[in-house]
Amino acid sequence: MNLKPETLARIDEVIPHYPSKRSATLPLLHLIQEDVGYIPQEAIEWVAARLELQPINVYEVVTFYPMFRQKPIGRRHVKVCRTLSCALLGAYRTCETFEREFGVRRGEVSADGEVTVDFVECLASCGTAPVVMIDDALHEKVDVARTQELSAQIRREAAARS
Amino acid sequence: MPAPAQRRIIFQHIDEPGYTNDLACYLRHGGYANLRQAVTRKPEELIDEVKKSGLRGRGGAGFPCGVKWDLVDRKSGKPIYLVVNADESEPGTFKDRYIIHQDPHQLIEGIMITCFANNVKQAYIYIRGEFPEGARILEKAIAEARAGGFVGPNILGTGYGCEIYVHRGAGAYICGEETGLIESLEGKRPYPRIKPPYFPAVLGLYQCPTIVNNVETLCHVKKIVEIGGEAYAKIGTPNNTGTRILCVSGHVQRPGYYEFEVGKVTLGELLNEVCGGPLPGRRFKAVIPGGSSAKVLRFGERFKGKRKIGNDLVDYDWGVEDVPMDFDCLAMIGSMGGSGGVIVMDDSVDIVAALANINEFYAHESCGQCTPCREGSLWMKKISARMVHGEARTEDGALLKSVADQIAGRTICAFGEACSWPTQSFLAKFGDEFKAYPESRKAAAAPAVPLA
Ligand SMILES: Cc1cc2nc3c(=O)[nH]c(=O)nc-3n(C[C@H](O)[C@H](O)[C@H](O)COP(=O)(O)O)c2cc1C
Ligand code: SF4
Ligand code: FES
Repeated sequence: MNLKPETLARIDEVIPHYPSKRSATLPLLHLIQEDVGYIPQEAIEWVAARLELQPINVYEVVTFYPMFRQKPIGRRHVKVCRTLSCALLGAYRTCETFEREFGVRRGEVSADGEVTVDFVECLASCGTAPVVMIDDALHEKVDVARTQELSAQIRREAAARS
Repeated sequence: MPAPAQRRIIFQHIDEPGYTNDLACYLRHGGYANLRQAVTRKPEELIDEVKKSGLRGRGGAGFPCGVKWDLVDRKSGKPIYLVVNADESEPGTFKDRYIIHQDPHQLIEGIMITCFANNVKQAYIYIRGEFPEGARILEKAIAEARAGGFVGPNILGTGYGCEIYVHRGAGAYICGEETGLIESLEGKRPYPRIKPPYFPAVLGLYQCPTIVNNVETLCHVKKIVEIGGEAYAKIGTPNNTGTRILCVSGHVQRPGYYEFEVGKVTLGELLNEVCGGPLPGRRFKAVIPGGSSAKVLRFGERFKGKRKIGNDLVDYDWGVEDVPMDFDCLAMIGSMGGSGGVIVMDDSVDIVAALANINEFYAHESCGQCTPCREGSLWMKKISARMVHGEARTEDGALLKSVADQIAGRTICAFGEACSWPTQSFLAKFGDEFKAYPESRKAAAAPAVPLA
């Protein structure tokens, strides 16, 4: 495993938070996913060894929780809330607009590797529906016009990077 | 009669200009004075205050907080843990988010008072994975509180020590269920545990006695210690004490969070006055009063019966608008106060599609341990989705109901009930629309706002 020194330091820090090493499974997976972008197979074995578990103990966690992924995704992750309060105010339209803007279907990565669009369940911000998370940032009242603005911003940020 | 005024106790500083989430600001507003006072008292006295307050849990079940603390096994010799439920995953609920982001020290003070009262040396805040910013804010706030002597090995020079760590979930609703949460905190799949024997108060985290409380509940504990249990019990209504944050979403003019004394505001006052009524040209059709698992109410239906006020039995005859927003009244009319999430639907809504939306959530979130829940939630989703997107049959409503009726009471955790109540109540209240759906759907144009 090729992890950044900061990641390794944070891993060392978090394990003693728990009387049982196994409890550090989720924190370690989060740290690795933040570092690598996803959970590669070797990470499962690495975490298991680090926490004195069997790989299956880690694998069953990775496969259960929706936020962990075993494949890379786009550089930017657009997560549109699908659940009732957001749907009532147009979340399906919001999601379709993102799909059209980046030429993808939900769950897919855009051809340039820049964006993944996903539907997710209630983000606990139902009063400002429809809501969308782009990476770690929450965006509220994302109607079709706001969707187009956010998409343009993502494209601008991608262009600025290249 | 105009709606009563809000009473902001927990949300006192939420959205207040100039109020920031750092320790200095909290201290300027009198922060940690209640903890200072609490650590000079006997822990049993603090538990007594909470018992006297009548506080009921704000996470969903409305279980009396003092009773929960009383059930903790204090003789086992094992450590006692506090686990703070910051999973906030019940659709329609968005209150803990604002406490965590804008007033984290209020929560930390409530946690430390609770820990001191219950002789807890280690607390964990289990925060949903979708609150990455919230987790960072809490970690920073805990570090500040540690530096200030409010958290850590020697709290305020008393020799009493207690740590708090933040533990992030990873996108699974079932982690909100307290025993699923505990499994998740142990590093496993969040499969809920069977009760008995796994009552957290006896066999919780690491098989030790554990208290699981919601974020908002713990903020109320801080308030109770501040004003005393008896004074707190005077806020709200009997058996429904204190204030409660009601989260309103969906089809109203002013969705948002509103804090009221429990039972002082009716559903009608809340939706029509506080939230500004329906959107222009619309009428209310249905409301889910306590998070998506609560049974739906149909505008126009009436609830009749007798209820106890003081020592008297009094007749009531309510429309949906007349129902007081408290635990007991909502239970009396066959729904629940749940997590305080009020989801409103107006007459533009295709009720079958709304149920299909909810069913998709539950099918996605069932942990899969119990066959009736795993298969039942999936079939309810498939049938309602087919009604919306494929071929609808007149008998689908009855089929949906028969699936739902075979889940509740046959599962390990309350998710079984939570996933069947929407289908059961939508059919009980809107059975006519399900029956007419094969025809009405053919006649209808494609929906402007698809729900499924
Ligand atoms: C399926 C399911 C999901 C739940 N989700 C949450 C949640 O997100 N947040 C919460 O505080 N309680 C949730 N609960 C309730 C908890 O199990 C538990 O009763 C609560 O955290 C206790 O805290 P309280 O007594 O302070 O309310 C959920 C319960 C079930 C059955
Ligand atoms: S009722 Fe559903 S969510 Fe609860 S344990 Fe059983 S399968 Fe899992
Ligand atoms: S339904 Fe979208 S945030 Fe709750």
